[in-house]
Amino acid sequence: MYAFTYQKPKTVAEAAAALAADGDAKVVSGGQTLIPTLKQRLAAPSALVDLGSIEGLAGITVAGDTVTIGAMTKHAAVAHSAEVQGAIPALAALAEGIGDPQVRNRGTIGGSIANHDPAADYPAGCLGLGATIVTSKRELSADDFFTGMFSTALEDDELVTAVRFPKPKRAAYAKFPNPASRYAIVGVFVADTASGIRVAVTGAGGGVFRATELEAALTAKGFAAGSLDGVTVSSDGLNSDIHASAEYRAHLITVMAKRAVAAAG
Amino acid sequence: MPDAPMTYQIGASVKRREDLRFLTGKGNYTDDINRPGQLYAYLLRSPMAHAEIVSIDTTAAKAMAGVRAVFTGADMAADGVGGLPCGWQIHSKDGSPMVEPPHPALAVGRVRHVGDTVAVVIADTLAQAKDAAEALEVEYKALSAVATTTEATVDGAPLVWEDAKNNICYDWHIGDKAAVDAAFASAAQVATIDLVNNRLIPNAMEPRAALGDFNPATGEHTLITTSQNPHVIRLLMGAFVLKIPEHKLRVLAPDVGGGFGSKIYHYAEEAICTWAAAKLKRPVKWTAERTESFMTDAHGRDHVTHAELAMDAEGRFLALRVSTLANMGAYLSTFAPAVPTYLYATLLAGVYKTPAIYAEVKAVFTNTTPVDAYRGAGRPEATFLLERLVDEAARVSGIDRAEIRRRNFIPADAYPYQTPVALQYDSGDYAGCLDAALKAADYDGFAARKAASEAAGKLRGIGLSTYLEACGIAPSAVVGSLGARAGLFEVGKIRVHPTGSVTVFTGTHSHGQGHETTFAQVVADALGVGIDSVEIVHGDTANVPFGMGTYGSRSLAVGGSAIVKACDKIIAKARKIAAHLLEAAESDIEFKDGLFKVAGTDRQKSLPEISLAAYVPHNYPIDELEPGLEETAFYDPKNFTYPGGTHICEVEVDPETGVTKVVKFTAVDDVGRVINPMIVEGQIHGGVAQGIGQALLEQCVYDDSGQLLTGSMMDYCMPRADDLPSFHVENHTTLCTHNPLGVKGCGEVGAIGSPPAVMNAVVDALKGYGVTHMDMPATPEKVWRAIQAGTRS
Repeated sequence: MYAFTYQKPKTVAEAAAALAADGDAKVVSGGQTLIPTLKQRLAAPSALVDLGSIEGLAGITVAGDTVTIGAMTKHAAVAHSAEVQGAIPALAALAEGIGDPQVRNRGTIGGSIANHDPAADYPAGCLGLGATIVTSKRELSADDFFTGMFSTALEDDELVTAVRFPKPKRAAYAKFPNPASRYAIVGVFVADTASGIRVAVTGAGGGVFRATELEAALTAKGFAAGSLDGVTVSSDGLNSDIHASAEYRAHLITVMAKRAVAAAG
Repeated sequence: MPDAPMTYQIGASVKRREDLRFLTGKGNYTDDINRPGQLYAYLLRSPMAHAEIVSIDTTAAKAMAGVRAVFTGADMAADGVGGLPCGWQIHSKDGSPMVEPPHPALAVGRVRHVGDTVAVVIADTLAQAKDAAEALEVEYKALSAVATTTEATVDGAPLVWEDAKNNICYDWHIGDKAAVDAAFASAAQVATIDLVNNRLIPNAMEPRAALGDFNPATGEHTLITTSQNPHVIRLLMGAFVLKIPEHKLRVLAPDVGGGFGSKIYHYAEEAICTWAAAKLKRPVKWTAERTESFMTDAHGRDHVTHAELAMDAEGRFLALRVSTLANMGAYLSTFAPAVPTYLYATLLAGVYKTPAIYAEVKAVFTNTTPVDAYRGAGRPEATFLLERLVDEAARVSGIDRAEIRRRNFIPADAYPYQTPVALQYDSGDYAGCLDAALKAADYDGFAARKAASEAAGKLRGIGLSTYLEACGIAPSAVVGSLGARAGLFEVGKIRVHPTGSVTVFTGTHSHGQGHETTFAQVVADALGVGIDSVEIVHGDTANVPFGMGTYGSRSLAVGGSAIVKACDKIIAKARKIAAHLLEAAESDIEFKDGLFKVAGTDRQKSLPEISLAAYVPHNYPIDELEPGLEETAFYDPKNFTYPGGTHICEVEVDPETGVTKVVKFTAVDDVGRVINPMIVEGQIHGGVAQGIGQALLEQCVYDDSGQLLTGSMMDYCMPRADDLPSFHVENHTTLCTHNPLGVKGCGEVGAIGSPPAVMNAVVDALKGYGVTHMDMPATPEKVWRAIQAGTRS
């Protein structure tokens, strides 16, 4: 780990100001990606801005058809929340499948989506459910928020403060984990929402994306696993590594989508 | 004193006495130990697989805060430090000795694998050492690298060592080629297989560490290290590398968190820390980070093999012909040359009475981490080959897989049985193990389970492995004639204290095996004392006589035998003391359950009474007998021991994703007499878990340029609890005939027997798609592709 200064602001505004003042500062929320990266000397931020002391950033509220999860809410809190389990069980199940118990009790939803690891689970949940990302400056649709591998629409001094999930008619997440890391080789979140059927894919590409072929098939033929029979996803642009080729990932997208649709009921 | 009924410990599942300290954080591992004034070493390692070191500029690094020294290979050479020695010499077919390249602790002139040591920075803190390592300016000139076993011998391949033509270290053979060729010429049918035994990375839970110290006032050097065999390290490092005589070099291996073979060898960091500590007159500690473990702990397996089995019309095995390429990596690790030869090809008879066997093995250098013994060491490679080939023979001949094995088993009345590849088996009951396993696994009910799986959209397969291994290494004269540069006896020393409690010193080393419990059980029964009166000491060359350590499932068979012999000496001396105290003839003294009794009378003395007399020799046969009650025994085994058994695995394959799950696993093992059934079962569990890991999950991958792609847990898949079913484990015991306890060894059988059982099950599950073989690991994509390529019959 290289030396850095450490700041622990009390408000979002202070945190944003700290980031604005230092272009090489990094935000730390749960630290489940950043701390190992620092320990391996793969990152050398000048300062860490720790969000842990800002009040009001953690917590879950359900109002009407909207579930709002504060950015500093830990994965375990989402997984074990009776309100989330009642409103969007697929989201609670997704959170329960992230990493291991240690990660789930440190990692946060805001940290996960701001990092946008291309194999992370939460981006699929956000995009699949058509969530709204609330930041220190504005509100963004998930479609606009995730812009590519490890990149988002966030500006340098902008923080995620909460995520608002509209309650879907039904939804499910099916993950094919990397046997070693347990990150998603392919994770597919399907949701039958008020604004249409959405299929979001993580792990397979350079970042989370919507599988429009699958959405079209489910919309045209109905929200049933059988509607995806024979529907293939192109392997163009998908990841290929020692764990899975692009072709295999493309195949798995359809398989996992079918399983998610079947699980959503 | 009335005779208390004695509770015998052998055969009891005594809870592991060491677990209290391990499970409550009270272990004492190398990295837990800190000495006053201690400095920290950080190794700069090669980022390239093969390169010339054009220059190393240490000026900036040496000037940095807290830096006490920066050393390179040139500094060690200038001090006359020798290279890391290889402990086994193999000769090629033509009689020439193997190519044995130098192995400097810090690279000189050239780096030969990613992770090779380039320089060491020693500083007040680890962070300072790391900072300074980044300031080291090393100019490399990249060279072409060869990373895979098969490419190493291709003409024109980059040479790891100039004097190893086609990168061949040795070209060795064993067996009767003419007899084998003749048998093939008359064979009714032949089964053929080409397979790879996948390269593994050991990953002990505790990473390697070393702490060197030097006392200028006494001239004594100390090394505390994560070793399975501290005396071997003292011998190798003292005699060959640092030239420190034994009496001035103490090596301690305190609690060690797993080894699996990877902590047998003498590693560069041990020599560097010991040498630097003497140079700087300050303790120097190094602890591997996990990535360093991946890059520098000796890897395992990595064979490429072609084999053929000749049969008569009834499926009786006539001859076996094997040709193997074995990867040594860039340097010869301590026991590397022995693994694919005398620990591999000598096992090719397995449990079968194949009359003629010929094997040739070429060992090759590559620009990869050295490869050496890893849990099973050669025997898993032999077993995987043989048991896959026997399944192929069943397929070719149309004979049931259990039946073809049974038809070729060495019968239970054939012992001692001389194989065509040097070994002489003393005992076993392979058919008995197979029968017990078939019954326990409900082999006959498989069809119904398969139908149920298929109804749920899954493929199901069942696989057998009837394995044998040779362990309890080893008769010194035998291994010496085969190229070992060491003996493989073991030592045990028993110290009965004045009031009758007992300290046992063993040259073996426990790093997960539970010796503190098992050995105490053996001694408690031998001397008739309570187990709580027995303490086991290991891992310190200053306290324990010269012993060879723990590997090759030898600790109980060899080390336990030495302890039994030492107990015998204690009893023999105690008998003389008892005769004196009881005023009886020595021949009239009977010893049972800790009491020395005059036969036919009620006159007796207990061991504590005798030990007190031995240390307070007021009434004592002082003219004939020395005071004290302490005895040492060295035991050199007469033969290897030969555990064997049957493993049966059932897998379910999801044809949509290719995911293979082990759903049922049955192990019936003959490990000889079982001292502690719970510990034995635990050893089998661990071994089987590692075997399933090799079969389904684990694979070390280098890219073409020699970069290690599986350098962390993110990419190298270790088996986890949710990858495994509950195991059914049974013992089917025949006793070893040549050691006093009748024990054989249980540390490696799980990892030896299980991989072919798993892969035979996978192939069985996929046979409907025309699959007849699959190399390990059976990853989801590999299985899915096989299904895609196959045509469902």
